[in-house]
This record gives sequence, structure tokens and C-alpha cells, in this order.
Amino acid sequence: MADLTTKTIAQLRDGMRAKEFSAAEVFDQYFTRAENSRALNAFVRFNVELAWDQVKASDERIAKGEARPLEGIPMGIKDLFCTEGLETNAASRILYGFRPPYESTVSQNLLDDGAVFMGKLNLDEFAMGSSNETSAHGPAINPWRREGEETKLTPGGSSGGSAAAVAARLCAGATATDTGGSIRQPAALTATVGLKPTYGRCSRWGIVAFASSLDQAGPIAKDVRDSAILLNSMAGYDPKDSTSIDRPVPDYEQAIAGGVKGMKIGIPKEYRLDGMSQEISDLWTKSAKLLEEQGAEIVEVSLPLTKYALPVYYIVAPAEASSNLARYDGVKYGVRVEDDNIHEMYKKTRGEGFGAEVKRRLMIGTYVLSAGYYDAYYLRAQRVRKKIAMEMAAAFEQVDLLLTPSSPSAAFGLGEKSADPIEMYLNDVFTVTANLAGVPGISIPGGLDAQGLPLGLQLIAPAFGEETMIRGAAALEEAIGFNAQPTEWWR
Amino acid sequence: MTEQRNLLRGETGDWEVVIGLEVHAQVTSNTKLFSGSSAAYGAGPNENVSLVDAAMPGMLPVINQFCVEQAIKTGLGLNAKIHLWSRFDRKNYFYPDLPQGYQISQYKDPIVGEGEIEVELDAERTIKVGIERLHLEQDAGKSIHDLAPKESYVDLNRSGVALMEIVSKPEMRSAEEASAYFGKLRTIVRYLGTCDGNMDQGSMRADVNVSVCRAGNYAKFVETGDFSHLGTRTETKNVNSIRFVRQVVDYEARRQIQVLEAGGTIDQETRLFDVKTGETRTMRSKEDAHDYRYFPDPDLLPLEFSQEFVDRIAASLPELPDAKKHRFVEEYGLSSYDAAVLVADKDKATYFEGVASGRDGKLASSWVTTELFGMLNKEGLEITESPISAEQLGGLIDLISDETISGKIAKQVFELMLDEDKGKAPKDIVEARGLKQVTDTGALEAAADKIIAANPEQVAKVKDKPKALGWFVGQVMKETGGKANPQAVNAILKKKLGVE
Amino acid sequence: MSLDESTVKKVANLARIAIADEEVPHLMNELNGILGWIEQLQEVDIEGVEAMTSSVEVALPMRDDVLADGPTGGGQPQAVTKNAPKSDDHFFVVPKVVE
Repeated sequence: MADLTTKTIAQLRDGMRAKEFSAAEVFDQYFTRAENSRALNAFVRFNVELAWDQVKASDERIAKGEARPLEGIPMGIKDLFCTEGLETNAASRILYGFRPPYESTVSQNLLDDGAVFMGKLNLDEFAMGSSNETSAHGPAINPWRREGEETKLTPGGSSGGSAAAVAARLCAGATATDTGGSIRQPAALTATVGLKPTYGRCSRWGIVAFASSLDQAGPIAKDVRDSAILLNSMAGYDPKDSTSIDRPVPDYEQAIAGGVKGMKIGIPKEYRLDGMSQEISDLWTKSAKLLEEQGAEIVEVSLPLTKYALPVYYIVAPAEASSNLARYDGVKYGVRVEDDNIHEMYKKTRGEGFGAEVKRRLMIGTYVLSAGYYDAYYLRAQRVRKKIAMEMAAAFEQVDLLLTPSSPSAAFGLGEKSADPIEMYLNDVFTVTANLAGVPGISIPGGLDAQGLPLGLQLIAPAFGEETMIRGAAALEEAIGFNAQPTEWWR
Repeated sequence: MTEQRNLLRGETGDWEVVIGLEVHAQVTSNTKLFSGSSAAYGAGPNENVSLVDAAMPGMLPVINQFCVEQAIKTGLGLNAKIHLWSRFDRKNYFYPDLPQGYQISQYKDPIVGEGEIEVELDAERTIKVGIERLHLEQDAGKSIHDLAPKESYVDLNRSGVALMEIVSKPEMRSAEEASAYFGKLRTIVRYLGTCDGNMDQGSMRADVNVSVCRAGNYAKFVETGDFSHLGTRTETKNVNSIRFVRQVVDYEARRQIQVLEAGGTIDQETRLFDVKTGETRTMRSKEDAHDYRYFPDPDLLPLEFSQEFVDRIAASLPELPDAKKHRFVEEYGLSSYDAAVLVADKDKATYFEGVASGRDGKLASSWVTTELFGMLNKEGLEITESPISAEQLGGLIDLISDETISGKIAKQVFELMLDEDKGKAPKDIVEARGLKQVTDTGALEAAADKIIAANPEQVAKVKDKPKALGWFVGQVMKETGGKANPQAVNAILKKKLGVE
Repeated sequence: MSLDESTVKKVANLARIAIADEEVPHLMNELNGILGWIEQLQEVDIEGVEAMTSSVEVALPMRDDVLADGPTGGGQPQAVTKNAPKSDDHFFVVPKVVE
């Protein structure tokens, strides 16, 4: 039998319906591959028994001609999405053993559409990180390596497990979340497609919260079409999430066709950072040219506040997190470190339960909200955020999409950036603005650098401009024709 | 306006006390403020708890529209400004009965702004108390300390129940005013049906802020708005009866004056009221000073509604106590205080109207407040359990008004309605028992002649002392078995005895 | 604005995170590094700009006051307490709280 793990979701879907292969065969191949790829540390937990039941049900439905949109598609779920009865711990020791008595809305939507959950994927602890190194399970490893080197590289973060699993073909697609770039940056570092929708497009209900005003779920997939197919199922209004938007979900897969002819695509000049590598710069220029050749009009735009987006983010996100993570106190779930004094119990539980980066961010967040500092930090940051969002909205009056690099560098070695928090934070420099403004962004593979590592390109659209964004991304994907695969050193 | 009310005498001079109340009133609703679990009282441990209330990871709040309407209703009842735009903030602190690690409340932008209510102290004195604001917030759960020696047991049934926090201006100046204000608030929310006012179940409780200052300084504060003229205040938490509010103010004022006169200072602190001793004591140590880190809740959007939404609610409001009070004064000729006593309880007011409608209001008020309330009090009955219906009492008053019976006989009939003649119409009782007033002039004149003839020495006396006429009236009444019309007897005797 | 050691300890206490004394200097340097970097926001002219707390610009949706089934409703004390490190008879159990 052919290697089914090389197929896209669209191909698997069509093949299963045409009875070329069964859901059981698809699952078996993916699962065997995933089991043999533990070296990547992408899956932190498998869901075998439940998954097999789902697979059997899927084959029955296919046989009866009642296949749902994602019938029998094996997926990985970022361990930030609560899955009913299946441990969900957000890669944090403090939540070890937590079995949610509920299913997140997004994962339920996928189940309702027939998707099969293979297991839970690694991530940075509570989604706080850009390299997966803050995971309590140890980092997921990037299937890509520098040519001729054996250095273990990061798959990016926080959705590093999702990106690594899709890149290594351990699952057909994965859920992920993006608070400052956590879908797009790992996608860029692993040559996968990562789509962060408009804030409010996908329900946040049942997703372990990091920063409520920024968190948004989205897919990581093999190509643009697959990301659109997954978004079709993930998106939708949820009355259980007050920030979810009541707006019909179009067929995003349909949006792929059409090309960029007549589109205006903006190149924000301030994204050309000092010290940006020539390779990334060239890739950016080349991709703009490709779009131009397809009939798009390339326009330079100015977003002078860009450089303030990261500092704003590193006030707003920790502030919200410091409050969102207060519920992890050793009382209702997870792990407790005992003490006779309740407040000492809290301190010990949280001191030992949280990792260093989470603690750092909780401290920053606590500080910027505290009496005497609120106005200078938090309030000011939210006002700058407003200016950034306004600036972005103004840009979208001139152009349909923005084209930028996805990340300032290719995958880096584990431990290379972990000494300096700020250097690590700079990974999100191109992605974070979309979160602050609440607009969608997508990262697609752009090419390989001189060391053979993937580089990503990002398209950003105005709020609810997913269809235009997917159309642009599909056109660029086709023009680039990226088809490299990592060598399978880990199996 | 800024007269020095209620001065307290100290060793070193006069003091004034200044009181503000923060009242937590539980919103009457089926479900909680942000989740669909029951807000009912008295379920088993964690029975009325949703996964939202238990702060499970990823759970999100969705606001209950009815609670919003209840807050608006209450705001209207407090004659307050309704804010069409308001917002929810998180108040962050760690406590086992606070599962989220924060309380969702309204800090900077409450749903209701300034208002004012009238508070009656007694027959002569009615004061106005300003409302600073009303906001919606979540209640906390409950820790039970006596189920295990070294552990506390946490029940989250109350967690997330909607509360209205009603904050007064610091305008009350005595224990009497503070307790009357608390009582008036209770009356208002019960009229509106926005809170059941059950204090023993914790549905209504007050945080009592008390400070003292030297006589005259409050006037300076009122003039300038500068709080530095007032003393440092203490906040006594969770005071759950009108009487306790009074005790807290009395105790705190006295304690603070003593401390200050002894050269000490008052700490701005949270205190607890001990029901057993009637004293307050400090609750939290200072080094654990709170920094609540309020910020807008990012899980919620601003709460917005239209003026039409408010108008629709306003149109559905019942008649409020103050309006009812003013109407009782106008329509039934009651004194403001009597009217206030009647409207203080919605059921009493309804009963009174049942009696007074179309009748002599003052007579009705006197029968309701004196006879009926006296009887209920004695029997320990609520107005809703009254053995005599408003219709019966009204019928009795009709018999007095048309002079079928005298007031004295009426009291007899009242007693009969409680006992032997329970449930019967007073008219029938009077008929059956032959209690009708004797108005037949001939019979009364005969009785009068008989008494006059038998008591010549009294007749002689009455010439000099017209007040002695009363004795004759009494005798005639006795002669007629109490059924004579006293006015008629009076007139006949005056004529016969030549008294003016 | 930069943090001294006592502020670091105060903030850690406020966040209920135990930190060992020997961790404090290192943590202080890291936090000050981050706060120093954030400091550049002081350059931005924010005169007349409102704070942005959400990118969603609609009014808060409201739900009806009816009892819910499932995770957002009650009547499931077992589900509520089953993940607790310590519980008894559907109560959460914590070290004694003294007021």
C-alpha cells in the first residue's frame, strides 16, 4: 500500500470516499508512524482506544455514504484544548492529571465533523514560549535539521508539537493556538501552513486561557487547502464565549480558487528590520515579485508603530495571564504541594508547579497591574495597542493583504536563545501585531535557507478577511511550489 | 443642610460620626450572573456549581440578562442614573472560596450611578441619603471551618451568584440613620422584587464604614468635598441585620473616639462584628495589604443597552415605597410617618389599601396599625397570615362610619372575628349578635331621664363642672349595653342637663 | 522604573509564587531587563487615544435566565470535585483558613 501519510487532508477525504483506502488504514499508518517518532516528542499522549472506536465508526459512515467533512481524518490536538476524559495539562506540572469533564468547542466541532483524535500535542507551558523549551515534557523537536548537522532544533512555539507533528507527517492536521505568533512562527520553522483566524472567529471555550483578548485557535496543516478545510470545521459562533462573533462561516475551501489578480498587496517597510538576514529579505522580495507576476499590485505601506507591538504584547499578555492563571492554586484540580497554611500552600504549589518562564510572566503581569504601575504600564500599553490597531486598519484601507516574513530567523538550536528572554520574545516580531489588532494571518512555506532550513512567509488580512487571505496564500503557495521534505533522521 | 446632627460627647470635646454603607443585595434570579447553574439557597455541597463557577480551565462567563434588568430596576428604584455603557473588571486576590482567583465586578464603570432616597426616622424626621453607585458582581463561595480540625471545607454553591453592591454616600450621621437607611433599602428591593431581603440567609448584608471627626468638620467636608476633613474610616464587613448595623456604628464610634482621645490613631482596616459580644474586631493584618489589580475582564465585552431598554423596564416598575407613601399622605390624609410605616412592608401596604380604599383613611390607618398590627405582633403572625382579611376589616370600618356600631362594639366584633366568628362578615356578626347601635332617640331619652332622676347629686355637680357629663354618658351607655351611639347620648344629655 | 529585591519579593507574594532568596537577584535582573525593554512605550504619543481592551467591537451578548444542562449548568458535584487534590463528600478540602 502507498504511504498514506504523504497525502493531504483533501486527498485522504477524497480517497476514503472513493473507497481507495479505509479510515482504519489511514489511522494505522499515521499511528504507526507517530509511535515510531517519539524522538520528536511531538505527541505527549496518545488516545488509541477512543481513536480506534472513532475510526470504526468513520468507516461505517463512509460505507453508508454518510461521511462528514472530516470523516476519518487523523488529527493531533494541542494540549491546550480540553478533551473530555483525556488528560489535558497545558504542558504544566501544575495541571498534571487533570481530566476535563468537558470538550472544548473547537475540538467538539472537529469531532462532530468526523475527525479522529490521535492524541495530545506538546507545547510551551500554558502556550508561553517560542521554542517549546518551556514545556514540562521537554521540547518537541523540529524534524528539520541543518544540512550536515545533528543539532536538535526547535520547531518553534508555542504550538511546536502541532507543527512538528504535521511536518513529520505524524498526523494529517493539528489544532493550535496563537496569542502572539504561536501558530504562524512554528509553521514557518517547520515548512507547514499555520492559520490564525480573526479574533472571535473560533470559540475560546474550553481552551486553557493564556491571554484572553489575544488567544485564538487555528489549524496547522500541510498546505493552504487543508488549513481552509480545517478552519471550516473549527470556526463558528459559540454562545458560550462572549467574545465569539455571530457571523456565518463561509466555505473557506472554496476561497482557494481565484488568484490574486487585481489584489493590492502591501509591503510594510518597517518590517525590514536592521540586521534582517539577506536570505529572508530576498525571499520576501522574491515572493512579492511572484505575486506581482500573478497580477497583484504591490504597494509599499508604512506601519511606523510596528516596533512597539512586542513591548505592548509583553505587558498585555502577562497581565491577562497573571489573572487567568490565578485559578491554578492546588484546590480544584491539578497538583498541590501541601502546607498547613493556605497561603503557603498556594505559594509552594505555584512555585513548584509553574516553570521559570511562566513564573517570569506572572510576575511581570502582576507588577504591571499593581497599584501605582497600572497607568504607566497596562493602561499605556492598551492605548498604544489602540493606535497600532488603528494604524493597521488604515493600512487595510489601501491594500487587501499585507505580505511579510513570518519569523526573523529559521529554526534555531535548542538552548541557543533560552538564556535571554528578550531575544526569545523577538521571535514574534512579525506576528504579534495581528494578535493585538485581532486580524487574521497565515504563514506558508517560502523556501529553504542556505542551511536547508525552512523559512516562512506571512499574509495578514483585515478582520474577517480570511477568504481573501486564503486566496492570496493559495496563489503564493502555487507560485512558490515548495515541496521539500525533511530527511527522516528520527525514525 | 450641614447642621451638626447627633454630636457625641467625648472627654476632650464633641465629635461627629460619619457613616457610609456598602450593601450587598443578592439579585433574585433563577441562575447565576455568568453561568446557568441555580442561584437557589440551601443545596448540597457543590450541587449548584457549574464548571464555569468552579473555574475549570477554559471556562468562560456569559452574562445573565435578567440580572442586568434587575440591576437597572433597582437603580431606577433608587432614583439613580442608569449608565447605558458599563464594564466588568476583575478584582484579583487568592482565597479558597474564590475559585477563579478573581471576582468579576464593576470597578470604574458601574451600571448605575448617583441617586438619592428618602429615609424616615420617626414622625418628624425624614432625611435624604445619596447613593454613590450600584454595580453587579459575583458572590464568593463558602468555607466551612468546623468539619475537620486542621482543614476547611469549601462549597462553591454561592460562587458566582449575582450581587448588587449598593454604595451610599458618607451622609449618615448616627446609628439610627444608618439602620433606617439599611431598612429602607430592604423595603425598596423587596418592592421591586430584585432581592428577597432575607438577611438570615445572607441575601442582604452591609459593610459599614464608620469614621469620627471633630464637631464641625463634616460641614467642612460637605463644603469642600475634601475627605481629609473626615477621620480615617474602618469597614466592618458582612453585617446582616438592621439591629447589628446600629450596634456596629455605636460600638465603632465609641471605640474610635476613645482611641483618638487617648492620643492614638485609627487604622484604615477591615473589621468583623461579633454578634455575641456586640463588638467589632480587626480582621486582617496590615502586612497582607491587598492590591486587587483591577483591570477590565478580557473575557467580557462592555455591557451596552439602549435607553429604550431602560424605558421598557421603567414602564414595568411597580409603585415604589416613596411614591406610595406620598400617595397615602395625599389620598388618605395620613401623616408622612404613618404612611412610611405602612409602606415599609409591601404586603402591609397592600393590606392597608384593601382596607382604606373608598373609606376614611385615618380611621383605616388607626385600625390597621393599632388593632391589627398589635394583634399580629402578639400572635407572632405575618401580615400575609392575618386571620382577619382586609375585606373584613374594611367592612367593620364601614359599620363604624355609618354609625351602625360604636368603636367600642367594633373592638368586640374584631375580637369575635379572631375567634368564635372567624371568617364571618362583620355585618353578619353584628346582626346575629344584636350589636347594632341604638340610635332611637326615644329609647335613649328614656334611659337618660332614668339616670338623671336617680342621681340628683351628680346633676347638681354637672352644673359647675361640665366635664362630669362624661359620667352620665357612661351610665347611659351601660344602660343600653354599650350599643348606644355615644354622640347621640352626648347631645341628649347636654340638652337635658343644660350644659353647653 | 526598576525593581529592587524587596519589590520582587512583594510581587512574588502577590502572585503567590514561592521563590527562594537566592533566586531573587537573578529574577530581579531578568524582570528589570524586560521592564527596561518595555520602557520604550513611553515614547509613544497616546494623547486622546482610548485604551483598547478587545478587538471585538460589539456589545456584550446576554443569555436568558434559564437553568443550563452540561458544563455550564449545576447538579454535577461529582464532576466538579473529581479532579481536586483533596475532597470529601463533594466539598473541596483545603488547609484551615483562619481569619
